[in-house]
Amino acid sequence: MIIKCPHCGPRDLAEFSYHGDATLTRPDPASTDRDAWNAYVYDRTNPAGDHREYWQHSGGCRRHVVVSRNTLTHAITDVRFAGERK
Amino acid sequence: MAEYSAFQVFKNGLTGNTGWKQAWRKPEPKQQYDVVIIGGGGHGLATAYYLAVNHGITNVAICEKGWLGSGNIGRNTTIVRSNYLLNGNTPFYEHSMKLWENLSHELNYNVMFSQRGIINLCHTPAQLDDTARRGNSMRLMGVDARMLTPRDLARRVPGLDLSASARFPVLGGLVQPRAGTARHDAVAWGYARAADRRGVDILENCEVTGFLRDGDKVTGVATSRGEIRARKIAVCVAGSTSHMMKLAGIEKLPIESHVLQAFVSEALKPFLDTVVTFGGGHLYISQSDKGGLVFGGDIDGYNSYAQHGNLPVVEEVMSETVALFPAAAKVRLLRSWGGIMDMSMDGTPIITTGPLTGMYLNCGWCYGGFKATPASGWCFAHTIARDEPHELSAAFTLDRFHRGYVIDEKGQGATPWKH
Repeated sequence: MIIKCPHCGPRDLAEFSYHGDATLTRPDPASTDRDAWNAYVYDRTNPAGDHREYWQHSGGCRRHVVVSRNTLTHAITDVRFAGERK
Repeated sequence: MAEYSAFQVFKNGLTGNTGWKQAWRKPEPKQQYDVVIIGGGGHGLATAYYLAVNHGITNVAICEKGWLGSGNIGRNTTIVRSNYLLNGNTPFYEHSMKLWENLSHELNYNVMFSQRGIINLCHTPAQLDDTARRGNSMRLMGVDARMLTPRDLARRVPGLDLSASARFPVLGGLVQPRAGTARHDAVAWGYARAADRRGVDILENCEVTGFLRDGDKVTGVATSRGEIRARKIAVCVAGSTSHMMKLAGIEKLPIESHVLQAFVSEALKPFLDTVVTFGGGHLYISQSDKGGLVFGGDIDGYNSYAQHGNLPVVEEVMSETVALFPAAAKVRLLRSWGGIMDMSMDGTPIITTGPLTGMYLNCGWCYGGFKATPASGWCFAHTIARDEPHELSAAFTLDRFHRGYVIDEKGQGATPWKH
């Protein structure tokens, strides 16, 4: 698998570390809503198909990126810096 | 049906092997069953068997999408062990071990269970302490465990690199002597035959495409071979759990699907007569009766439903194998494959009633489901028959995540790709 880092260009999978589902929204840190926190920490849609996920280019520029990848084929359709709106 | 025995092998050997019968029937689906089990893998088959034997429930169908044994039960590294640390896990896996010890007799099918022991190697003083703690925990819960010195290891595993110049020198290890390996296909076939003999209908090539509902209650399944109604529906589909539960309207679960690769080498003369795990990375290796080294390491580490992995893990597993067994450097790889694992958020399985009325769920086996096959079936059958958890799997409920009672053997937190 080759991930095209927006800063460094196409790089091997081995340079990246995985940080999981990027579709989740972290509750407000001040929130005491237990259900919201539980849902954020534990519950996943786990799709067979398109998946948006966080990776860090830990063996390169160390930027966090959001990768859109198909979990059935591993084909990557989009990579952008985390925080950039799609 | 004829019992399998040495006498039968002898007799059939003299009569052209014409006396053997089909091991299980190929029945047409009935319209109504007491219990429908979705998934004809090891756990589903074991569940059907124990429903019949322990609870007298024999009007049961198993819906299997492919052919029997086509999933993870037929493709794994065949290791059986109960060397866990935590109280929620150990009694369950030890019960499984006790069932394994009598399984060939119980099923009248040779599952080739070989108690060749499993050795966990330690490479730092801290790892030795931690492993001794786990060994003590095992012994307190009635499981066999013993620490090994490098001298013990040199005697026990002659091929192991125990030199001080190794990248991760071996300081010792923990052995569970009763652990070992079993013939994975035989487990599926043995449970299938034994369940079939007690009246269970095994429906192969029968894909579940939806659930029949009556309000909140699940009343049956729509399949590629027609609709089947049942009082109780048990879901037992490993890596496809999220997909199956979406068909029932459950959009989110504490599960991620990940790909695990495993490897088999060309056949060698007897080289390794136990199971060894590497503590400097993640590797587990044994030698099959055919002579091939059977080994694997970590999951690839990203969500995947593709039944193939990527090269970084291949490289890591191979380099770890050669680091432990330098003589293996010239061995050629025969085949490798990837399977889909249902990784739970705490690394511990889920056996539960619900989440819908009339439904029962068995999932989250991560990449340790094979060893659990007998106890999983035992406890899931109890859960289905009695509508309450078995005491050995009482900690494996689905709501433990939201209640704060996770069982995190590795202390890793809610990062399923690291369990």
